[in-house]
Amino acid sequence: MGLAGAATAYEILARLFFEPAHVPPLSAVVPEALRLLTGERFWTATGRTLSAVAVGLVIAVVAGILAGFALGSVPQVRRATSSTLDFLRPVPSIVLIPVLVLVLDVRQITVLLVAVSCFWIVVFQVLYGLRDVDRVAVDTARAFRLGRLARTVHVTWPTVLPYLGTALRLIVSVALALALTGGLVMGAAGLGEMIWSSQESGESTGMYALVLLTGGLGIGLDQLARLAERRLLHWHVATRREAVA
Amino acid sequence: MRALGYALGLPAVLVAAWWVASDGSTNVFLPPLRTIVEAFRDVWFSGTFVSDVVPSLWRLAAGYAVALAAGVTLGFVIGRWAVPRALTGPLLAYFRVLPAPVLIPVLLVAVGIGDATKLVVITVGAVWPILLNTADGVRAADEVGLETAAAYRLPRRTRHLLVLRGASPQIFAGARQALGLSIILMVVSEMLMSTDGLGFTVVQFQRSFAIPQMWSGVLLIGLLGFGLAKLFELVERRALRWHRGHTGQLTERR
Repeated sequence: MGLAGAATAYEILARLFFEPAHVPPLSAVVPEALRLLTGERFWTATGRTLSAVAVGLVIAVVAGILAGFALGSVPQVRRATSSTLDFLRPVPSIVLIPVLVLVLDVRQITVLLVAVSCFWIVVFQVLYGLRDVDRVAVDTARAFRLGRLARTVHVTWPTVLPYLGTALRLIVSVALALALTGGLVMGAAGLGEMIWSSQESGESTGMYALVLLTGGLGIGLDQLARLAERRLLHWHVATRREAVA
Repeated sequence: MRALGYALGLPAVLVAAWWVASDGSTNVFLPPLRTIVEAFRDVWFSGTFVSDVVPSLWRLAAGYAVALAAGVTLGFVIGRWAVPRALTGPLLAYFRVLPAPVLIPVLLVAVGIGDATKLVVITVGAVWPILLNTADGVRAADEVGLETAAAYRLPRRTRHLLVLRGASPQIFAGARQALGLSIILMVVSEMLMSTDGLGFTVVQFQRSFAIPQMWSGVLLIGLLGFGLAKLFELVERRALRWHRGHTGQLTERR
């Protein structure tokens, strides 16, 4: 009902106050979106954007986990690096665009942007997770003469995993946003570029339709991330409680 | 003293390493740090500061302030009462996942090019984390506390303030997220549609192959992001002092 209300409100506002060329009514946008869905161009662009997202995410997760464990496992290293990490994290990754444009092609930059931004999130989640490891569990494992590797697998990893689940949910939307930014700012082939070019050529209905579909894509990715998180953490108390409730 | 050493040690080493390694650099794209620092002084301590940095900061501040006010107000209403919550639920779910940068072309068409557009981009992009966090925080208000307040017949206004205060840790979490987002949106919107501002200047330098100047701009944006994050942390720590002390986080962190 809320959705219908919002759609109606938008329809009325768009028709009353705006030119169709600036804000097309929903009744024009939705058919256009459906038309796009049947065309090949939209799916090629989506595929390109998603592949940039996927490659960037894989790099970020692998590198982030490795770096997080490397930094977080040794207290001295963590103390020595924490100020540097704190400094680097808030630096928006898009400042890299002008620098990278000179040396790489736009697709590589897009992947790199996705990877860098998501990398920070993963690293910090791993560090938070490592801080949360139960001292008693570690000491117990040690008393049972579990080696360093076995302790990491059986004690540390399960503690860090929920934090990685949270990271996963966060980075999926960040990755999509940056993959689109790459298209908008640099014209890297994909959905972002398609939106920008339809804006430049004045096809505002098509652009609104694309944005509408992009939101749908966001919902899809978000659901996928949630599903993956639940799978990954099916043994965790919070998930089990959810299943019962 | 030791803590200071830990905090400054690695950054000092890294900067020194950059300085030494790049000193004799002849690569056009990776100029010596010395040149970048000189360019930094020449570019940003001059008229550019007034003509480009000030407009950027102004847009950022105004856009962020509007986002903050609107986000907290709407989030409060949505979190507090069931009817607006039910009505806006699906819409919020949609805007939560819609990536903010795609709003730039939409607003470009709907509002046109101008200072207003950049403001609106920052506001519209940054408002969601604040709104959603506020709504969640308000919803999770302490039931017992509220009922106690009602039993004491505290006036309605006081009870609203009570809820808002209880939600403030989460509001701050959203506001922090929104701050990072608004810096990104500021730079991107200036790169795409502007004739002044930081993002525009950096892209301009890059297009005219003024590489040291471009690097200095990148450095400035980085410093800006860092500085604002620190400033925010300071404000948050002051505003939530009661909360940190209350939950024992203060002792745990040390």
